[in-house]
Amino acid sequence: MKWLISKFLWFWRIASRPATHISLGVLALGGFLGGVIFWGGFNTALEVTNTEKFCTGCHEMRDNVYQELQRTPHFANRSGVRATCPDCHVPHNWTDKIARKMQASKEVWGKIFGTISTREKFLDMRLELAKHEWARLKANDSLECRNCHSAIAMDFTKQAPRAAAIHAKFLVTGERTCIDCHKGIAHELPDMSGIEPGWSAPAELRDRHSHHTPDADRLSRYLASVKETQP
Amino acid sequence: MRGQDRFRLSAMKTVIAAIIAGAMVLVSGAIYAQSVQTTPRIVPRVTGAAQPMGDVPAPPFPRPVTDDKRVMRNYPEQPPVIPHSIENYQLTLRANRCLECHRREYTEGSGAPMISITHFMDRDGQMLADVTPRRYFCTACHVPQTDARPLVPNTFTDMKASGR
Repeated sequence: MKWLISKFLWFWRIASRPATHISLGVLALGGFLGGVIFWGGFNTALEVTNTEKFCTGCHEMRDNVYQELQRTPHFANRSGVRATCPDCHVPHNWTDKIARKMQASKEVWGKIFGTISTREKFLDMRLELAKHEWARLKANDSLECRNCHSAIAMDFTKQAPRAAAIHAKFLVTGERTCIDCHKGIAHELPDMSGIEPGWSAPAELRDRHSHHTPDADRLSRYLASVKETQP
Repeated sequence: MRGQDRFRLSAMKTVIAAIIAGAMVLVSGAIYAQSVQTTPRIVPRVTGAAQPMGDVPAPPFPRPVTDDKRVMRNYPEQPPVIPHSIENYQLTLRANRCLECHRREYTEGSGAPMISITHFMDRDGQMLADVTPRRYFCTACHVPQTDARPLVPNTFTDMKASGR
């Protein structure tokens, strides 16, 4: 800590002194040019890391999720619109994007240590990774879906009656968001046992079955006591 | 000399036999080739395309029937057909998109018909709490419908009509 403070003081002494050899023009112009180059480079790096080509540059993405994406309508469809990885997985807003990019530094860690370096490791971790994405999309009200799909532009008469009814009931009212029902539309699903579909009623509205629980408890307590008494 | 005559005669016989045999091979070969080329193939090959390695023109995909109307069963044991599209439904060991609506617990939210009670019974007749593994893969029996025309005419008659 002392070392850090001494280093900082050394830097501050140099930085706070007026320049003796460099003119103000060079400093101002150099600072301006340096700023332009830095900002341009930063933005270019941001753009480059936001492409499908960059994402599929690693075998983890190319051999797993990218192969699965290619079989879905988000990759090939009748109207020829394609969603690339960042369209769904990176927010388009600048601040949100930077926040997501900072989070993504964890993925660099995963790459270095081979967290999902084989198909088996990936499948084992898939539920956890999927849950992260579901939570993210749930929290921002499926923002990345809505960058292309908006409820206001949906023509329910062009939808199948069942889809139209469900959209009218859940989407338009804002009761649910896209990801609640449309999980696994662009990739294969993880083990879905125990994960409720979006149209099931919330747990607090379903506790009319709760009167069973004391019975079950009593039964299990009884069974436990019977087991204990048996020789 | 007699010995020489006999030898010459047998040589002649051999030559004539060889010529006849050669002519027969030629003629039968020509007939065979002719028959292969000209006889039209009436029955299509069971294995599919005549040139499996070549490019085979594929017919366009028929449109799925998605009217959500329950279809009458043609006989009581018929697995009900699916009156909606199941395109891109994931039906794997890990996820079953069909059961997300048709499982008993979810029918209240989805309004879909519950899987039949036979689907809870394992092969020993034991009733389980959820779908039995042997009934897990829905599309083994239940199929969606399309507007494709049947490949061969169907002469099926309802047993009500044919039974009496």
